[in-house]
Amino acid sequence: MPESKPKRATKPEDFELALPKCARLSSKPHSFCQGCGHPEVLKALGFAIDELGIQDRVAFGVDIGCSLLSWDYFNMDSVETHHGRTIPTMVGFHHANPEGVAVAYVGDGGAYAIGSGHLLNAAIRNENITVIVVNNAVYAMTGGQEAPTTLPGRKVATAPCGADEYYIKAPEIIRNVNPTAFVARGITSVQAPLRTIMKEALTHQMEGKGFAFVEVLSQCPLNWKTLDKPEKTFEVLEKELAQAYPVKRY
Amino acid sequence: MSEKKFIMGNEVMGRAARAAGAKALYGYPITPSSEILHFWSGEACGEQGRKEGLVFRQAEDETGAGFMLIGGVLAGARSFTATAGPGHVLMQDAFSMAEAMRIPVVAFITQRGGPSTSTVIYSQSEVNLTCFGGNGNGFRVVYSPSNLQELFDYGIKIFNTAWKYRFPTFLLADGYLAKMMGEVEVYDPAEKGIKMVPTEAYMLEKDRKRPLSEVVPTPEIDIREDGGRQYECLRNCLNLEEETYAVNMEIKEAFDKAAPEIVEHEDYGPQDAKTLVVAHGLVSSAVRAAVDALAEGQDKIRLFRPITLRPFPEEALRQAARGAERIIIAESAVNQLARFVKESLYGHCDTALEEYFRPSMGILPKEIIDLVTKA
Repeated sequence: MPESKPKRATKPEDFELALPKCARLSSKPHSFCQGCGHPEVLKALGFAIDELGIQDRVAFGVDIGCSLLSWDYFNMDSVETHHGRTIPTMVGFHHANPEGVAVAYVGDGGAYAIGSGHLLNAAIRNENITVIVVNNAVYAMTGGQEAPTTLPGRKVATAPCGADEYYIKAPEIIRNVNPTAFVARGITSVQAPLRTIMKEALTHQMEGKGFAFVEVLSQCPLNWKTLDKPEKTFEVLEKELAQAYPVKRY
Repeated sequence: MSEKKFIMGNEVMGRAARAAGAKALYGYPITPSSEILHFWSGEACGEQGRKEGLVFRQAEDETGAGFMLIGGVLAGARSFTATAGPGHVLMQDAFSMAEAMRIPVVAFITQRGGPSTSTVIYSQSEVNLTCFGGNGNGFRVVYSPSNLQELFDYGIKIFNTAWKYRFPTFLLADGYLAKMMGEVEVYDPAEKGIKMVPTEAYMLEKDRKRPLSEVVPTPEIDIREDGGRQYECLRNCLNLEEETYAVNMEIKEAFDKAAPEIVEHEDYGPQDAKTLVVAHGLVSSAVRAAVDALAEGQDKIRLFRPITLRPFPEEALRQAARGAERIIIAESAVNQLARFVKESLYGHCDTALEEYFRPSMGILPKEIIDLVTKA
């Protein structure tokens, strides 16, 4: 018998089983690009929120860049801030409402370039918030420019001759300035551990232990120019990125 | 209980915020406003402050402080900041978001010399920045106090204006006022019959009294139900020009509606004076002294003082300008107050406007008297 072709999911109800309970079905299919890693990160976060039963306690702050497209991904109170400014917004929120679970969702440009001062100092002050940074090694929404995470020699829109020699290893830095923070790096292609990391990070914050930081290695087929080569996308993600940025707890 | 205290301007503002029931100050030190932070951090770590859950957070920079402030307000806390000069420039990033989403942030500004780092002492050169900073249209409320007592009175009032009308609201003081000491009556607003407008969280509000959709412009809010609970999603990055147009027009409509209730001015001196002097803030105190000094002679003058720079008391100024043979605009800046005056009087007044611009310099009563009598 010929193998039946899987039905393409197009309607909100098609996504019901594949998505966390806290996801908003009516905003699906999501508005990220084809093959983008963000939805995988958000799913892991959403399942962790479901498991902890905190959907109505989360204040979800989203940054500018691709991360902003997550503003309506969940049925949760959320706010879009300015580029790089989500971390201080959630810090302010948490101090005024310590019962809320303040989550800042940021890209690598927002967290490590324009918002790096906020990230570093929030970690130093051991602010009791959770920061999730999606690292796809490029400025994606603005058109594929060089990020502090772009690997050396990679040709991108603002580095046509190749990116700079050095790049940021943020979890390593966070651990260096904050010995008690929860710090981990996950990857979109291995979902179960990513979900566990998310749950541990949120729990760290909810127990009042202070700063929780998760970096997630993620794919950007559009700007990596691998849209029509999914195997290449995952080769870059799992070999090149994961080699430069070790996936582990710190 | 009401009592007289001999204190510094910055402490007056800190005490005003305390009297207003503010819960949180997010800031970054900068001269000449730093003592507001000193006062508040002392309050927050005192026994009573800890009992009340007062919040003080020193940010990594003014940009961070501005966005922490937004976070505090989103959580429903009566929150404020204090800054000046280059720090005020950095905070415009956050104030711009507050303007777009009608987030009632409160800021005490103590103007210092500008442009750039300049002096840490005094000027009136942050009028443009306070009223029109950011990439919006200036839908903010700006009070310009002229003495220490007004730092306290309006320091309470701005919290009510901010939360009643939901616009970013500023107390535009200056370095001299911030650093000078004098006698001030401090009081509990309830003693004077002033009721504080209740606050409400934008996120995680459990007992919402006013629908957020009445405040946040329509394209920026999406409310959905799930499991018997309402979730509010707020955004400021829009897809379409039409959405941005709608945001701006909704904010404008709300501002235009609120403006007549907010606008304030002071008209001081003999109504038959031929010379009208327009000044704001501390300079208006000097003009007031000149009005008194000249009250008995032939060179009587009258002061017109906008107490709110945004919204500006246009109609009141037009009325005051009628019959004036001379109109002098005095400010410690170049054309920052004067721009409002020209805009208000354009097409309504034939009298030439005389400019007395002294950027970053204090203006004394004698200078005003000389201007009037030696012309």
